[in-house]
Amino acid sequence: MLQALENISAIYANPARFMALAQRLHAPLWGLAALAMAYGLYRVAYVPDDYQQGATVKIMFVHVPAAWMALFGYSFIFFASLTALVFRHPLGHVAARSAAPVGAVFTLIALVTGALWGQPMWGTWWVWDARLTSVLVLFFVYLGYMALWQAIDEPTRAARAAAILAIVGFINVPIVKFSVDWWNTLHQPASVSRLARPALHADFLYPLLIMGGAFLLLFAAVTLMRMQMEITRQKLRVKQQLGQH
Amino acid sequence: MSVFWAICTQHMRLAWRNGHSGLAVSFLFIAVTLLPFGIGPELKMLRALAPGLLWVVLVIALMTSLDRLFQADFEDGHLDQLMLSPLALELVVLAKLLGHYLAMVVPLLLSVPLAGLLLNSAPESLPRVWLAMLVGSPALVLLGGIGAALAVSVRRGGLLAILLSLPFYVPVMIFGTAASGREPGVLLAILGLLSLAALCTAPLAIAAALRTAQR
Repeated sequence: MLQALENISAIYANPARFMALAQRLHAPLWGLAALAMAYGLYRVAYVPDDYQQGATVKIMFVHVPAAWMALFGYSFIFFASLTALVFRHPLGHVAARSAAPVGAVFTLIALVTGALWGQPMWGTWWVWDARLTSVLVLFFVYLGYMALWQAIDEPTRAARAAAILAIVGFINVPIVKFSVDWWNTLHQPASVSRLARPALHADFLYPLLIMGGAFLLLFAAVTLMRMQMEITRQKLRVKQQLGQH
Repeated sequence: MSVFWAICTQHMRLAWRNGHSGLAVSFLFIAVTLLPFGIGPELKMLRALAPGLLWVVLVIALMTSLDRLFQADFEDGHLDQLMLSPLALELVVLAKLLGHYLAMVVPLLLSVPLAGLLLNSAPESLPRVWLAMLVGSPALVLLGGIGAALAVSVRRGGLLAILLSLPFYVPVMIFGTAASGREPGVLLAILGLLSLAALCTAPLAIAAALRTAQR
């Protein structure tokens, strides 16, 4: 099993092979993502209104999967960076860099839909609830990661610095989550989390899972596209440098 | 060990002579002066908010000093020399962080009681705030060093260093202000844990980051 995984990762360490695979995966992945999204939204349209929250409960089907992808995206960046630093896999840095803006946008979607949902439910756009606060911090982690990539001119140096940040930041995320949770229970009554979820009914759960799958496919499709773009950009850079000399 | 202390005292002396320590302290007092303009001069309100305000001001003053940690040494090539020293880079980093702490953070800590008086801090709360800051400030310097080291090769990377360090400051801030409250006990221990954990891990991350920046 491990050997097979090693073989596969060794084969796709060759960017040309990876590009060929990505080219083949491109269309089916986008197609699948579109199908899953369409089916998920169709299911969501027929979800019954919540007896407490009315139709606003439908925001959940965008909000929760987006929050999942926010966490998934950062974990992806962490593992990609680890692969790049430890195994020196050439695609690691490319994958991590490509996934960052995608994860950041999902984090932003989670924050914005959370605010839109919070307005009618809690009567305010923002509360310093434990989850909201830690997702906001996660958003800053994404921003810092992307800013570091952008700030350092030389690509190999930027790649390694960003990988170190991704790894240290990944250790930090659960610490932030723990401390914010603790801080929140100290300051706030449980009024917010009471609304959160008294075990989801199947009518809600299946559309939610389908939307989660759709978001995951979308994440994969966009990240793959960005990886192709990044490799092309690197090729172009090398060509330009060769042309100059 | 003598190399360690040499690096440490050199960093301190430079910070003093270039006036960085004084600048950080003036920054702290300017920020404190701005606060009553922002939130109003009512002494009662200032007293209620003082511990939190002092923490925010300390953290901001400390963050603005981050670019003094490695940036100058990187730009004039001194950092490359330090990497050739017989001392492991992790220990060089620790020496510089200690020097930074003694030269920049200790003056800030010493100014906190005076700043607390300006904010009408309660006499019984001020020592608690100060103790919590004493326990938590090593973590602030160590974690801030990670951001500073990652941004070291970026020209005028001070703001970037702040953006990178900010997420690491959240837990310290939370337990720091909490430990400034009426019953510090175990909270102070958690704050100390954060500082010790940072002491064990941050020099490794900083040294790794500095190595990537090397030409």
